[in-house]
Amino acid sequence: MASATASGSGSKGNFNMVLFYVFLIGFVLVSLFPLLWVFKMSIVTRSDLFQSPVTTLVAPPIADSYNTIFANPDFRRALLNSTIIAGITTIICLFFGAIAAYAIARLRFRLKSVVMTTILAISFFPAVAIIAPLFLLFSKVGLINTYWSVIITDVVFALPLTIWILVSFFKELPKDLEEAARVDGATTIQAFRKVIVPLAAPGVFTTAILTFIFAWNEFLFAATFLFDASTQPVTVAIPNFATVYTVDYGAQAAASVVVTIPLVILVLIFQRRIVSGLTAGAVKG
Amino acid sequence: MAEVTLEDVKKVYGEDVVAVQDMNLDIEDGEFIVFVGPSGCGKSTALRMIAGLEDISSGKVFIGDVVVNDLPPRDRDIAMVFQNYALYPHMNVRENMGFALKLRKMDKGEIDRRVNEAAKVLSIEHFLDRKPKALSGGQRQRVALGRAIVREPKAFLMDEPLSNLDAKLRVQMRTEIGKLHNRIGVTTIYVTHDQTEAMTMADRIVVLKDGIVQQVDSPQKMYENPNNVFVAGFIGSPAMNFLKARLERENGGYVMVVGGTRIPLSREAAGQSEERRGSDIGEYVDKDLVLGIRPEHIEDANVEEAAALGEANQASTIEVEPQVIESMGSEKYVYFETSRDQAVRLDSVAELTGQEPGDGGSAESSSGDMMVARVSAASQAKRGEKMRMVLDASKVRLFDPETELAIL
Repeated sequence: MASATASGSGSKGNFNMVLFYVFLIGFVLVSLFPLLWVFKMSIVTRSDLFQSPVTTLVAPPIADSYNTIFANPDFRRALLNSTIIAGITTIICLFFGAIAAYAIARLRFRLKSVVMTTILAISFFPAVAIIAPLFLLFSKVGLINTYWSVIITDVVFALPLTIWILVSFFKELPKDLEEAARVDGATTIQAFRKVIVPLAAPGVFTTAILTFIFAWNEFLFAATFLFDASTQPVTVAIPNFATVYTVDYGAQAAASVVVTIPLVILVLIFQRRIVSGLTAGAVKG
Repeated sequence: MAEVTLEDVKKVYGEDVVAVQDMNLDIEDGEFIVFVGPSGCGKSTALRMIAGLEDISSGKVFIGDVVVNDLPPRDRDIAMVFQNYALYPHMNVRENMGFALKLRKMDKGEIDRRVNEAAKVLSIEHFLDRKPKALSGGQRQRVALGRAIVREPKAFLMDEPLSNLDAKLRVQMRTEIGKLHNRIGVTTIYVTHDQTEAMTMADRIVVLKDGIVQQVDSPQKMYENPNNVFVAGFIGSPAMNFLKARLERENGGYVMVVGGTRIPLSREAAGQSEERRGSDIGEYVDKDLVLGIRPEHIEDANVEEAAALGEANQASTIEVEPQVIESMGSEKYVYFETSRDQAVRLDSVAELTGQEPGDGGSAESSSGDMMVARVSAASQAKRGEKMRMVLDASKVRLFDPETELAIL
């Protein structure tokens, strides 16, 4: 707080800065605390887990819980299942979302806002309200207990978001670029592929991450439609580290940490691609 | 290279918003033609219809002998330069310029050859590997031109290409585009709202207003013989002055009466007018008309340059009280007010000067219009000191206030 009391014109600014960081650190601590606590749970012994009063951090950390979960073939399989489900959902959403969003952003047609609202309305449906009919439907067509049952429902709920984000992104791109490409001899598809998509890359990556996270974290549909370890994703597999008699909290905590890591890595990788100002220099800036 | 022809081309938005009205135009091969007009006059729409970026509501557009109405832009073989350059930001300069050629699956060596050649012409060889964001406005403009040149298209279309540049660069690029056109001689259609650009660059100017072509002529002809009040006021800077006048018979000839000044109308001018309109100028006698005179045709009566003029036009002097004097070094602009009864109220003039037509109660209308004279630098005009000005009677134009068409 020394800087806050310093004389000169900058003192007020400095004080604001300090306030800003105090708030920021406080905010981050509050929101990250559960995650930190879960991490702590995953690296202590079982007896430490149940100590009262609770210990803050005990040395040395142990990897027992991690060994337990990775020794479990069902958990390894669940990680793979999650990756497949979230990956395919993301690809489908991006492909159809990009095409639909481009059309909505560029074409002039009647009732555009009605179309947009209708698209959004799809995600208004409470999942629990449609889960029973969907279950019956998937059973009838033989999709139950397959990846597709979850991928289809995930796509239905993620696509509206994908389209909305991409529409606002495509609208930002100068129309002149596309016209320049068309005059230069590109077909509509070529203009889209060679000019619009590369420019929309930051938006596409942002959308991809959000969709992936949504599908990766999805629990309700996966728990309902998938019955055995060969198709269940990690969100469903985590509670399985429990028997009728005991719950292995350490293993569940470790599994939770492991499930979070791919998302963190994903965001870190793509963060580089989410550079703003990629369009700088296209038109007068 | 090809000629471009517009036949009754019309653009209607929605039900009844007419952007371009029955436009007819024959653009010759290799001609530099400029569409000029205030914003919203339909000049850009006309260009975009030629480019294929806008549907044609009715009429036909020919490029060469081919009707291109239903051809997509890529099949029209035209190149376009956009107002905001529209360079592809994810490609470097070389890729930007070669993009169109690459789309046509042209041989890589040939693409390189053409890009290098165009880069040399535009002196942008040094930054072929840079991305557009690393370039200045002028450099980006050159790249945009380069992208058009490498195509070797049938026609260049330019949509206000210089309006994003600063004043000095604009003048420089103006000359360069002119030089470029002389060198490659491709039919060029250039859109601008700046009449100076139109005057300096065009072989022929097309003046548009409210989607209607007002006049198509060479810059000089348009300047000297505007078809109507709008063209007269739009072309030329500072703009033409307009005054209320009456035509009277005198000694078998005609005089134009402005306030107390009687300006004789030469027999020759009267004859030309009759020839052009196909009717006797006598029909306008004793009617209120609009007299137009350009600033350079009003001279300080006390300077040498006025002497010759004064000899011939003894009667055509007016007394004025300068309100503002701007010295340009080589000449002076003298602004003075006309008396209230001489002021003209014409919609198109009001539009040009940015006033609302029929702006009755405003302070503006309580006095006359501001007029400007471009006088010799030797003039001793002083603010607030009454002085005499000579009008060059042979350069005076007359307009019908009803139709706004030129009589003289």
